[in-house]
Amino acid sequence: MNNLSNRKFIVGLIFLAVGVIFAIRLFSVQVLNDEYKVDSDQNVLREIIQYPARGLVYDRNGELLVYNEAAYDLMVIPKQVKKIDTLAFCKLLEIDTAEYREKFTKARDYSSYKPSSFVKEISSISYANIQEQLFKYPGFFVQTRTLRKYPRNSAAHILGYIGEVNQSTIDDKPYYRSGDYIGKSGLEYSYENLLRGQRGVKRILVDVHNREKGSYKDGATDTMAVTGIAIKTTLDILLQEYGELLMQNKKGSIVAIEPKTGEILALVSAPNYDPNMLVGRAVKKNYPVLSQDSLNPLFNRALMAQYPPGSIFKTVQALIGMQQGVITENSGFSCIKSYVNCHNHPSAGNVAASVKMSCNPYYYSVFKRILMQGRSKSIFKDSELGLGVWAKQVKKFGFGQRLATDLPGIKRGNVPGVDFYNKWYGEGRWAFSTIYSLSIGQGEVEVIPLQMANLATIIANKGYYYAPHLIKEIDKTDTIPSIYRKKNDVGIDKKYFDPILEGMYGVVYEPGGTARRARIHDSIVVCGKTGTAQNPHGEDHSVFIAFAPKDNPEIAIAVYVENAGFGGTWAAPIASLMIEKYMADTISTKNLAKEKRILDANLMNVIPKK
Amino acid sequence: MRRYGNIFANVDWATILIYLALVFVGWINIYAAVYSEEHHSIFDISQRYGKQLMWIGFAFILALVILMLEGHFFTSFAYPIYGVIMFSLIAVLLLGVKVNGATSWFQIGSIKIQPSEFAKFATVLALSKYLSGLSIRMQDFKTKVYAIAIIVLPALLILLQNDTGSTLVYAAFVLVLYREGLSGNILLFGILAIIVFVLTLLFGPFNIIITAAYAYIIIYTLLKFNVKATLVSLLLFSGLVFVFFNYELSQNLIYYGLGMLLFFLIAFLATRKEMKGKRSHYLGVGIFVVACLYIYSIDFTFNKVLKEHQRTRITVLLGEEDKLIEQIENLKLQRDVEGISAEKKQQIRDDIGAKRYSLRELRQGNGWNIKQSLIAIGSGGFTGKGFLDGTQTKFDFVPEQSTDFIFCTIGEEWGFMGTFVLVVLYIAIFLRLIFLAERQRSIFSRIYGYSVAAILFFHFLINIGMTIGLAPVIGIPLPFISYGGSSLWSFTILLFIFIKLDSERLNVLR
Repeated sequence: MNNLSNRKFIVGLIFLAVGVIFAIRLFSVQVLNDEYKVDSDQNVLREIIQYPARGLVYDRNGELLVYNEAAYDLMVIPKQVKKIDTLAFCKLLEIDTAEYREKFTKARDYSSYKPSSFVKEISSISYANIQEQLFKYPGFFVQTRTLRKYPRNSAAHILGYIGEVNQSTIDDKPYYRSGDYIGKSGLEYSYENLLRGQRGVKRILVDVHNREKGSYKDGATDTMAVTGIAIKTTLDILLQEYGELLMQNKKGSIVAIEPKTGEILALVSAPNYDPNMLVGRAVKKNYPVLSQDSLNPLFNRALMAQYPPGSIFKTVQALIGMQQGVITENSGFSCIKSYVNCHNHPSAGNVAASVKMSCNPYYYSVFKRILMQGRSKSIFKDSELGLGVWAKQVKKFGFGQRLATDLPGIKRGNVPGVDFYNKWYGEGRWAFSTIYSLSIGQGEVEVIPLQMANLATIIANKGYYYAPHLIKEIDKTDTIPSIYRKKNDVGIDKKYFDPILEGMYGVVYEPGGTARRARIHDSIVVCGKTGTAQNPHGEDHSVFIAFAPKDNPEIAIAVYVENAGFGGTWAAPIASLMIEKYMADTISTKNLAKEKRILDANLMNVIPKK
Repeated sequence: MRRYGNIFANVDWATILIYLALVFVGWINIYAAVYSEEHHSIFDISQRYGKQLMWIGFAFILALVILMLEGHFFTSFAYPIYGVIMFSLIAVLLLGVKVNGATSWFQIGSIKIQPSEFAKFATVLALSKYLSGLSIRMQDFKTKVYAIAIIVLPALLILLQNDTGSTLVYAAFVLVLYREGLSGNILLFGILAIIVFVLTLLFGPFNIIITAAYAYIIIYTLLKFNVKATLVSLLLFSGLVFVFFNYELSQNLIYYGLGMLLFFLIAFLATRKEMKGKRSHYLGVGIFVVACLYIYSIDFTFNKVLKEHQRTRITVLLGEEDKLIEQIENLKLQRDVEGISAEKKQQIRDDIGAKRYSLRELRQGNGWNIKQSLIAIGSGGFTGKGFLDGTQTKFDFVPEQSTDFIFCTIGEEWGFMGTFVLVVLYIAIFLRLIFLAERQRSIFSRIYGYSVAAILFFHFLINIGMTIGLAPVIGIPLPFISYGGSSLWSFTILLFIFIKLDSERLNVLR
């Protein structure tokens, strides 16, 4: 038996060995490994995101354009979802079981432990219903957030819309997290940083059933949501709405600017859409409809449509000609229709008359003088040198470059320069005779309606402009971005504007003027210039730029109606109605017939000219 | 011999002090586990810590009663006590109530009693009584059969109650039998079988067989110091292994069988010269073949015999969760590859679905429990989060935290310092018990002492092992610490009978 007594050591050794193994394991789990501490925090800490209300948007008169409405997102933490009555749950949410499974799998693939949204933007009514029964479905909870609302149903292109951030934005900008909303277009996009506010985070402790058990560190690490900053736009919503009304059943745009400041008063793109169509869950349904519409209502013509300017461009030619000294305000050129076609009118004896009558051959001659100043013996070289100087000057008017406005997606337009034609025809293979269409705003020159309105502004201001913009005031600050306070000089002496003004006055008021329909009444003097842009794809575009009153102008405007024909017929009366609306608030009885004619007109389906 | 008034004469105070320390540690951690700011009195009987205080009071009374009795009482009444308890184990099957799927509780009024807890000390008494009999020799076949019968009877009855955890405790008696003369080989084989079981599940049967074969060749030939034979057979063997792996023959059952036969032949031939005619040679080869069959059967047992929840326990323990996640990720990559056929894509999708399902099975239930348990213990760090400050405990992330998973609360709130002290306390009491057992003159007392140590040790091993991910989830209490009257009383009775026996050791003639 004695040798068996030694077995006590074996047994003791087994005990000791297990003790040592446990001690080592405990040391490694508790002291060496930090992972479990993180897991433990993750278990009990739940971050509740407090979504800030986005900043409100007002018009220049304090009229509310955009506000927020509460919406509710149903969130899920897949890990915590227990066996539930799926059928009843789907009925409650008004989804089918296949959708439920799909959403659930998606959420689980994202994370089992982190919350992800399950059904977004539940209406207040459904929310009440769901909230009542939610206790039956562990793992689901409701998160409050806000939706944009547009009480005026207009200015969709300007206000823009918001949408959920996509992955690339999340990757690029550290502020954003999955599920956040971000401005996707319009002012929502441009002033995202002001409007979005600051997300708040509340950290709470939860138990295994996800029941709230109090705040983490007594709320020391919590942050409050900061509401987005309100902005006041330069828009006059009544004018905007009126413009949209006038443009119903038409394609084109209206841009109205306050000349002294560059503030955009109205920016209409037709056809347009109700901004409320692109809010919340409706986006999924409406966006494809809008984006596939052949009339392309999502397309902001005022900034993105590049048109030939037509005759309104003659004002620019005249100004450059005078500035360069190749003509004077009293220069006269015969209306020789063999140069370029023209309508029947007496020959213009001076600049003012040429503007009034919009004489094509006159500007053929002016442009020829501008380009061919005898800088070189070769007509090719001479044209090239002349065009170079000319293009540089034209660009100072804001053409051929992106105006520094505060809306995204703005186009440059095109001012064809030397490089352009060298590429087009080959170096030394073009001259004035090749490109004379530019003289009357046809050919390769392209401008956007905003640039046209800016031209009206420049003439109204006699030589300068502020970048047209939509921001008027930012809440809690007393300034707007400096770029909109910078005066841009176009490099034309003030005196050269007088004959242009005179001509534009004549357009509206004198016999032989091309836009006598633009007259309002005696107390508001309108200066304007018509344009009829030839369009290879169909009927001519009707163009009109104007400003009023003649002395100390308060509004400059450009109207562009696609396929509507002569500028004086459609664009001019629309402009005059807009001016009257803005200056007098109401349309005088005398002009009601004019208004009715515009409202009744349907220029949507004009038969294309062959 | 009665000495009223001094029932503490000759008792081993060291053991009693450790006992008191463990009971105290248990109570404050039960308090922490169920603590809520809404509770006011620590004596609140409606709460578990209040109840446990009551159970502790009863336990102390029980201990005193045992110390007042004579040790002779237990030796005399060993069989009757065993009989009564066995009877109650049968009765509970018929009259008991079901808790957590096990029919192991008698309900008397509001109090529930678990007879299987008391079966432990009854079995210990009976075994000690039997093995201390005058003409009993452990080497006799009959002795082994009777001893094992005494142990297996209660184990079977408890198994019938569907209480696997408590049944497994009876395996602890192997240690006692070993001390009393059971061959050490059985102990070794037991341990080896467990190791091979785990390794096979981890690496697959084929790899384990090959490894075993290599080991066999090396050991047998090296034992004879024949380096040349060793090298030649290793080379031959490796060639075969290479062929097998290269052509993936192990996937096919016929090749698999053939391969095993070949391996066996090579192993046999390689060692033939050295071992010619020796019985041990054939024995060795025989063992090798049996081992191969055993290894192969593990695969079968695991996948076909074990129940789903048992399989999950083992899978979780082996850390297969990560493996599953990795497999799913790989499949996802395969799915997203351009230009695979729709058919193949669907098949991969189905595979992902199946694996996701297993993963969910793993994550709920036991996988979740083990994970939360490890998080609780691991997040305790070196010094712990502080008394009543354990978030895992307070917010109910750990299941059964006042009973089977009480160790988590200790680990979380007291950190490594707490758990280390606890492990030391346990090892100290185990070693002390062996020491006490060895100094007994009476064989009965010695066997009894070893049994106490072995049973406590087994609980310690499985319970703590489970919470730190070293043992499968088997629901048995941590002695003296876990909440529960039955288990506390049963361990107290078990321990104090021995303390009483020990205090009278000098009165017993050899």
